[in-house]
Amino acid sequence: MAELMRASGVKKRYGGVTALHGVDFAVEAGRVSVLIGENGAGKSTLMRILAGIETPSEGEVHVDGEAVRLNGARDAAARGIGMVHQELNLCPNLSVAENIFLLGSRKGLLDRSGERQKARALLARLRQNIDPDRRVATLSIGEQQIVEIAKALAEECRVLILDEPTSALSEAEVEVLFEVIGDLKRSGVGIVYISHRLEELLRVGDSITVMRDGRIVARSEAADASVGWIIETMLGEEGRLERANDPAPEEGETVLAISGVSRRRDRTSAALHDISMEARAGGIVALYGLLGSGRTELMEVAFGARAASDGTITLKGEDITRLSIAQRVKRGLLFVSEDRKAQGLFANLDVGRNMAVSDLASFAKKGVIRAASEQGAVGRMIARLGVKTASARTAITALSGGNQQKALIGRALMPGPAALLLDEPTRGIDVGARSEVFATIRQLAADGLAVVFSTSDVLEALAVAERIIVIAKGRITLDIPVAEATEARLIRAANAAAAA
Amino acid sequence: MTEGKILTMNGAGQAVSSDYAMTLLLKFRTVLALVLVVAIFAVLAPNFLTVANALIMLKHIAIVAILAIGMSFVILTGGIDLSVGSIAGLAGMVAGALIINGLPLTALGVVVYPSVPAVVGLVLLVGVGIGLFNGLLINRFQVAPFIATLGTLYMARGAAMLMSNGETFPNLIGNPALGNEGFSRIGAGLLLGIPAPVWLLAVIAAGAAFVAGSTTFGRRVYAVGGSERAALLSGVRVDQVKYAVYAISGAMAALVGVLIASDLVAAHPASGESFELNGIAAVVLGGASLTGGRGTIVGTLIGACVIGVLGDGMVMVGISEFWQMVIKGGVIVTAVVLDRLQERLG
Repeated sequence: MAELMRASGVKKRYGGVTALHGVDFAVEAGRVSVLIGENGAGKSTLMRILAGIETPSEGEVHVDGEAVRLNGARDAAARGIGMVHQELNLCPNLSVAENIFLLGSRKGLLDRSGERQKARALLARLRQNIDPDRRVATLSIGEQQIVEIAKALAEECRVLILDEPTSALSEAEVEVLFEVIGDLKRSGVGIVYISHRLEELLRVGDSITVMRDGRIVARSEAADASVGWIIETMLGEEGRLERANDPAPEEGETVLAISGVSRRRDRTSAALHDISMEARAGGIVALYGLLGSGRTELMEVAFGARAASDGTITLKGEDITRLSIAQRVKRGLLFVSEDRKAQGLFANLDVGRNMAVSDLASFAKKGVIRAASEQGAVGRMIARLGVKTASARTAITALSGGNQQKALIGRALMPGPAALLLDEPTRGIDVGARSEVFATIRQLAADGLAVVFSTSDVLEALAVAERIIVIAKGRITLDIPVAEATEARLIRAANAAAAA
Repeated sequence: MTEGKILTMNGAGQAVSSDYAMTLLLKFRTVLALVLVVAIFAVLAPNFLTVANALIMLKHIAIVAILAIGMSFVILTGGIDLSVGSIAGLAGMVAGALIINGLPLTALGVVVYPSVPAVVGLVLLVGVGIGLFNGLLINRFQVAPFIATLGTLYMARGAAMLMSNGETFPNLIGNPALGNEGFSRIGAGLLLGIPAPVWLLAVIAAGAAFVAGSTTFGRRVYAVGGSERAALLSGVRVDQVKYAVYAISGAMAALVGVLIASDLVAAHPASGESFELNGIAAVVLGGASLTGGRGTIVGTLIGACVIGVLGDGMVMVGISEFWQMVIKGGVIVTAVVLDRLQERLG
């Protein structure tokens, strides 16, 4: 088998944090090399190094057996390496053909008709009937994904890196993508494929490489691998969350009820189909689903950050469907986003101010913030959640991911909520901090809060929740108490095909 | 935006036709605005629709439009250039100084009096230089375009004042003995009965439309404005694109400064004040988005016509200067509101 490129002994450090500890990884012609690992395992860093977007701190990248230094995406493309990023990178204001040939197919003058023709041919190769003149802004996410692949192919890439390409695709679009991957394999392209969808990996992959904590921990031919094996190697020993032995909290009355919520998918978000669920005081509900399953959308709809076409949401018996976010917060519904950086932290403010922002009115007198009252409340919250920070005046960006997350949970707790929605609360934080965050969540439930958290980690769901709701492709495919749940059952439900 | 798309969005035929009409109206709103403005003044001012007046207006439009075309490139990348008015003022002063005082080459102990084409060339270089300085602040030091060009707005205006201690350079007719006559022909000259600035505008607009629509550089400009990150990851040298657009904008502003000084046969250091606002208004009226990536040179041209005709027309009708401002502001705000409406429908 011809080796197209290889990373050998690659290390990557960001400041004091080591993201990759000496990794060896090869891409072979005509094969799909699958890379899997939890969030933060180092997959994306490795891919960015292969794609020339980042340079390794140590170690070498070889292309066709020759050590190279890739300076940027252009340089990598010149050597036949293309990458389709998880977050789409297209110019929405330009047409499909213009995006595919963003640099122009020749120097100086544009060759519009030639580009249009070539674009049409590329899209035909991908079995797509997308008009090259359509503006990208009008395409569905799946179509945009295809355009990204066409763009990589236009550079005549021999190595194609696909970072979670199916997370936003519909069932039919995934099938098309797999056919395309098959075609590419036959024409000798080496493919690196990253995904969290286990069954999909076994189907599309030729070899499977598992990463954990910046290292490659296992490798196997796809034919010899199983879902169980992947889960076990991916999590490792220390990754196992033990279910706490404290007695299950007394569940009280229904606090948050969602009934019949539906919405159509749009360019940036998944659909929801007739979703009903409830959260009780003192209970923890895990919303388990893969990326793009609609779990974030469901939380955002419940919180009022996204509109739904149908359905009602009630909080403590009151219909809050038509209320604004501010009104919902006032009534005791709080939300912590999965996107800590973009939708959570105020990077410009200190820990205390980050936490106090949700409850400013209660610290203020006639619009003037009373520092003593604010600091007192913040200090109590820091102590209650065990946020590790030098002081409330420390910059929030100086905290570790886990402590940032606790500070944000603290923010949500400041106004004294009745129900708390936590979207992937353990995203991007390390294993130790993860159990602390969960200990905090259990404590909150014991204090009588209704907690809903989402996760793409089946073990998190099993270890923490009293009730597990599985969401797949915008539908609830399973809703059971934890006693009846098993890993296999949850994973099967999360991968369940949409029933029509 | 196609009829097909609208048909799929609506079931009923009635809704489709009214929606379609609405979309068309919105799409051609700038042209409609121009027609409307011309029609109103044609009725209100008896001399409005005469050849003589049209030529005067076209000359005024050329000033706004040339500036706005440079601004278009900047705005297409998602930036803004507030310094153009001051660059125009400084450019006029540099031209005036070169014609009256010459270029003292102290090292050689001589004073060189450049010919008029050389004067224009040097002045354009000054504009390009200031544009590149804007680019440097924005690329190298990551200063927001608004702030970077606000800074150069003050610096260039101050420099213009310093050149003559705030005085005007009068009587820029040159001296036959020095071989630098003919400066006034650039702004005040006629070719085939049409003012020279209008010819200049025609050439520049055609060139700019070609560059924006048919060259790889033009595509990169649109790409940077559409998604800077996508452009970067596709291998676009984003910094080079930005240097280029601010340099173009600076050059256009300098040219406008030359045109004004030439037309008046005098350079005043305060000339060009608040021109940047007219330029931005023309670009926005032309349908460009201030977030970048959307807009055309033709749109900007029409936008500049609206601004120019509106300005001259209101003067002819005798509307007070204060009301002129209110009306102009109202037109701009309406244009942007319609733009948002089109975004939502489109």
